[in-house]
Amino acid sequence: MPVIPMTRDRILPLLTVLAALFIVWYVAAALMNSTLQRDMFANAGDKTYTTVELITSSLNMERPKLPAPHQIAAELYKLIVVTDPTSKRSLVYHAGITLEETLIGFVAGAVLGVLLAIFVVAVPWLERSLMPWIVASQTVPIIALAPMIVVILNQFDIGGLAPKAVIAAYLSFFPITVGMAKGLRAPEPLQLDLMRTYNATSGQVLRKLRAPASLPFLFASLKVGAAAALVGAVVAEVTKSEDGGLGARLLAGSYYGQTVQIWAALFTAAALSGALVALVDFVGRSVLKRRGFAA
Amino acid sequence: MNMGTRINVVEISDVSLTFPTDDGAVQALSGVSLDIAKGEFVSFIGPSGCGKTTLLRAIADLEAPTSGAIRVNGLSPTQARAARAYGYVFQAPALYPWRTVAGNIALPLEIMGIDRKERRKRVERGLELVNLKGFGAKFPWQLSGGMQQRASIARALSFDPELLLMDEPFGALDEIVRDMLNQQLLELWAKTSKTVLFVTHSIPEAVFLSTRIVVMSPRPGRIQQVIDCPFPRERALDLRETPEFLAVAHRVREGLRAGHSYDA
Amino acid sequence: MKGREAVPPLAFGLAVLLIWEAATRAFQIPAVILPAPSAIAMRLAASLPTLGADFVQTIRGVLAGYLIGNAAGLLVAILIDRSPFLRRGLLPLGNLVSALPIIGVAPIMVMWFGFDWPSKAAVVVVMTFFPMLVNASVGLASAGAIERDLMKTYGAGYRQTLFKLRLPNALPFVFNALKINTTLAMIGAIVAEFFGTPTVGMGFRISTEVGHLAIDMVWATIVVAAVSGSLFYALVAGLERRATFWHASYRAK
Repeated sequence: MPVIPMTRDRILPLLTVLAALFIVWYVAAALMNSTLQRDMFANAGDKTYTTVELITSSLNMERPKLPAPHQIAAELYKLIVVTDPTSKRSLVYHAGITLEETLIGFVAGAVLGVLLAIFVVAVPWLERSLMPWIVASQTVPIIALAPMIVVILNQFDIGGLAPKAVIAAYLSFFPITVGMAKGLRAPEPLQLDLMRTYNATSGQVLRKLRAPASLPFLFASLKVGAAAALVGAVVAEVTKSEDGGLGARLLAGSYYGQTVQIWAALFTAAALSGALVALVDFVGRSVLKRRGFAA
Repeated sequence: MNMGTRINVVEISDVSLTFPTDDGAVQALSGVSLDIAKGEFVSFIGPSGCGKTTLLRAIADLEAPTSGAIRVNGLSPTQARAARAYGYVFQAPALYPWRTVAGNIALPLEIMGIDRKERRKRVERGLELVNLKGFGAKFPWQLSGGMQQRASIARALSFDPELLLMDEPFGALDEIVRDMLNQQLLELWAKTSKTVLFVTHSIPEAVFLSTRIVVMSPRPGRIQQVIDCPFPRERALDLRETPEFLAVAHRVREGLRAGHSYDA
Repeated sequence: MKGREAVPPLAFGLAVLLIWEAATRAFQIPAVILPAPSAIAMRLAASLPTLGADFVQTIRGVLAGYLIGNAAGLLVAILIDRSPFLRRGLLPLGNLVSALPIIGVAPIMVMWFGFDWPSKAAVVVVMTFFPMLVNASVGLASAGAIERDLMKTYGAGYRQTLFKLRLPNALPFVFNALKINTTLAMIGAIVAEFFGTPTVGMGFRISTEVGHLAIDMVWATIVVAAVSGSLFYALVAGLERRATFWHASYRAK
């Protein structure tokens, strides 16, 4: 079966869908905002507005129910390009905070996840007793733990971005553990038997067979972990918003009814997430290619 | 040859089939012509790449020839498929694991809209035909490989097509099971007088089962030789040790060699 | 999980609880930081009516959103199944959206649907839709070539092939998404309550009690949330076992 050429057959459908989404968005925005806009006209005593005026006003409201794409784009432009990146109003500033927390949390979560996976594979009873709890721990809404972790760390005078990095690590370690454990177990019985005939120690089996075999699984789970770390950082910022970050902007926008600000922060977080995952994917693919895994 | 009483079920006229691949065009079939009469058991034998599976799939309308024509009961392959003129048995049983054996045999009947009572009757008949009576309520993964293949044969016969297309159906089984299934297939063929097209890698299997053997050679895929198998319809397994059997097998082997089957 | 399999994790959990209890007493850890399990248990027992009401409120959003989100995801997967073009456009988008901090959608949903549980259901719909869409699409495409050829030889049409082959074959993938979505639904509903809710609900309880520094109550709520989340997951896993008993993963043991 011929490989789908990147440009035409992958980009074209994506662009078509995005274009359709764009159009639907505009229509939805006009529809959803028009009721509010009508009320605003009525309150201002304006009775002679045309449909065109109604639509254009609906698409340019200050506090719309659903901001139009160009409004979000304008806000993004204002807060990223125009505003000074060191000011507290700049999305670049807040994105930087979130990114820092995410990266530290992700690295910590990755290390923890890999170590835990190695432990769980090396000591089978550990998996039987520990894994069900790890799975259950993921059902605990992290947003509940976030304020508590903040309080606990405060007692040890650890503040700032540490609590958020901890939450980011907490959310990212689980998929990495699961994926890495699966990868470490990926070698077939035949390959393990071969190692037995060489009288290899389990450490050698780990280094020479299990670890290389686990690479594809590792990178697949690192992608999930990176995205999860970002979610953790954002959620943690919502509960402790004094230190800034994209989550704090989300909360601020929601408090003050600044809809466009909420969407701008959301899109920035989305872009950050996408970029992070793409980066991990890129690194993963280069490593895998050099180690002989088919692209 | 008495042309008056010979009815051709399959007529293949100068068929060529080229596959476009990343490394250039591959000619899977080149100028293949063959007529198959009702009630025959025709085996296709040859190395990989000789086009035997492609030919079977073309007859089944699963591939389209790039030139030439195929007629099944006078219809084009597409019309024949729509008219459910044949049953296909693949190399793997391909039974749906979420259906019982009986459910699997009934699958084509459901698709063709046959009512429940009639379906049940035919499923029972099918199970008996392949010696799987009593296993209807089991699931495919509870059966051995040989039993699964028998179930897939019963499924192919459940809607009573005149033509049976089989693509190396016993290839994945061990020799002992294979011998048993060969015998059962022959009995089934004798009982139901179907026309069978059978693709195989095994010379003894081809000689044992067939009325005619089509030896094919690769690059490009074409018919090397057609060899008659003059044995009666009723055959026992010990036929395979008789000199007449070995003579035919020898001719097949010579045909394969002539077609460069043994070149790497 | 069969009876015998439950012993190691239960034993482990019991051991952790005992160590926790001992540590809080031995080191005199203030309840504000880490309450003892016994304290949490007492608080839980004493607050059953409140926690019960919170549970009911939150679960409304969870269940409504779960049902709608999964149904919609499955339906759209079936709809776009006929168009490889649409699939190639939507699936990458779906993968991207699944990875987003959907938590950001919560304030927007509250703005659109109000303070009560419908806005929470809306958040859950958004969170569960895409994992189901992606998994169902992959599942629908996963039917083997031989199985599909078989349907062709029966002259089966698109709908027959869909219902008799591709949908049953896609069930393991669908259930994979259903299981993932149980946790997403619980988390989504609870987190959404942080952004606006009437004075009841597990998320509300947590955020308020944190403000009161009643950490034992926070933990009690967490216990309720974790237990209900695990039960929800176990329920779906049980359904999965019955619907996909035939799949290789159950027979491998």
